[in-house]
Amino acid sequence: MTEHTIHMPCTEEQIRELKVGDTVILEDWLYGIRDATQIHMFDKGRETKFDLNGHAVIHTAPNVKKVPPSNFCPAGYESVCIGTTTSMRMERFTRPLMEKNGVRMIIGKGGLGEDSRAAFKDLGGVYLAIIGGTAALETTWIERITDVDLEDLNPECLWEFRIKHFGPLLVAMDAHGGSLYDGVKKTAAERRAEALAAMGVAAEGASS
Amino acid sequence: MKLDMEAVEEAAKHLYIQALKILPPDIKEGFQRLDATETDPTAKSILATMIQNIEVAEDTTNLLCQDTGIPIYNLEIGSGIDFDGHKLKEAIRKGCERATTEHPLRSSVVHPITRINEQTSCGIRVPVINIDFTDKDEVFEMEMIPKGSGSENGSYLKMCIPAEGVAGIKSFVVDKVIECGGRVCPPTIVGVGVGGTSDLCTKLAKKAGARALGSTCPDPEGAKLEKELSAAVNMLGIGPQGLGGDSTAFAVHVETAATHITMNPVAVNIMCHSARRARATFTPKGVEIGF
Repeated sequence: MTEHTIHMPCTEEQIRELKVGDTVILEDWLYGIRDATQIHMFDKGRETKFDLNGHAVIHTAPNVKKVPPSNFCPAGYESVCIGTTTSMRMERFTRPLMEKNGVRMIIGKGGLGEDSRAAFKDLGGVYLAIIGGTAALETTWIERITDVDLEDLNPECLWEFRIKHFGPLLVAMDAHGGSLYDGVKKTAAERRAEALAAMGVAAEGASS
Repeated sequence: MKLDMEAVEEAAKHLYIQALKILPPDIKEGFQRLDATETDPTAKSILATMIQNIEVAEDTTNLLCQDTGIPIYNLEIGSGIDFDGHKLKEAIRKGCERATTEHPLRSSVVHPITRINEQTSCGIRVPVINIDFTDKDEVFEMEMIPKGSGSENGSYLKMCIPAEGVAGIKSFVVDKVIECGGRVCPPTIVGVGVGGTSDLCTKLAKKAGARALGSTCPDPEGAKLEKELSAAVNMLGIGPQGLGGDSTAFAVHVETAATHITMNPVAVNIMCHSARRARATFTPKGVEIGF
């Protein structure tokens, strides 16, 4: 288990070095993306003005305050509270996000599925787990909102954040097919019968 | 006592913001309890970060979680309360909207078909307002719950048949907790509704999930079931954030209702670790704000 600090954007080589169980602190740049953002990008054919090549995206839709544009808030948005949403809903967008836009890291909570695992392996990507529901803390790692695209989707726009010591994040799925969620899933399936037996229930197949 | 609608509107606004920033004491104690018994080092460090986040939110008066949720107001109206029901609902809606635009908060509410966000946290039939009546004389209570979507998406109903018995209920709950894994932001409160009609069963699951930690089901049979289920789900090893550990759920809470001779419904509704709620109690002495 190694601790890494990565300045964004990053290279495929840097990604391939990361192994599940490692921790990562990101510096400089991060992009916020969400359900509607990706539905519009990949189902409705909208393009983003941002070059996401080698970048990290975080599954988020922040609380923001509209302010007059200034040097500190050029896009006219001040951050109020920025946190992370459940990733699994956005599973089908991992591959297009990597293939079409060159994204290398996805930050989220709860993990991603088999298609994402394959995409990370084929194209060189990782899933970094953040602790869901700890947005007050996460907000302190974000310096400011520097730009915004697909603004009509607010709060589900594509946000550009300037970050400082963003993490530690846990490498939960790596570019070698590894996933921390597999072990937990296996354990839960194994312990199911034991948990049911403790309540006097004979374990049969999973109920539907 | 005549309800002052301006005070109701102010309270509806205040409760939404307070609920998003300060966790109730029973949930904070729940974290300490899990932290003391957790044996997995990764899980322990995740719990520590969650506890740190509660402190940072209070120190910076910021939101605990970015998800402002679907706003829910649960009302309990005493027999000595004089009120205009329509105006009461309007006052709550106005307070909810003002919390969103004045704080400001992210509006997480969209039209279900067009997906258009009015940026007010309100829409058709939202905020959800549940109304109940009590025999407490001049007491009006308003509970506010901003229900996060990660855990609300962990909602299930099964119309079991009588032949499946309580065993069917137990295995359904265990299987749904496994299916949810880390998506619902564990450690959770697993709300379980047993009996009633399909809609009542689902409603009871939500009520159970929102109950304070340490409370028990008023039906002794439900209380027995929730104790068994609480121990069982924490044997699964899902842990905080679904990354492994002992702390899968703070507790399983059960609420029951009578049902039909041919029915055996069970519903699950999960509450995430940011188990937020706030309460205003109106009496002739004034308005008291708490949890």
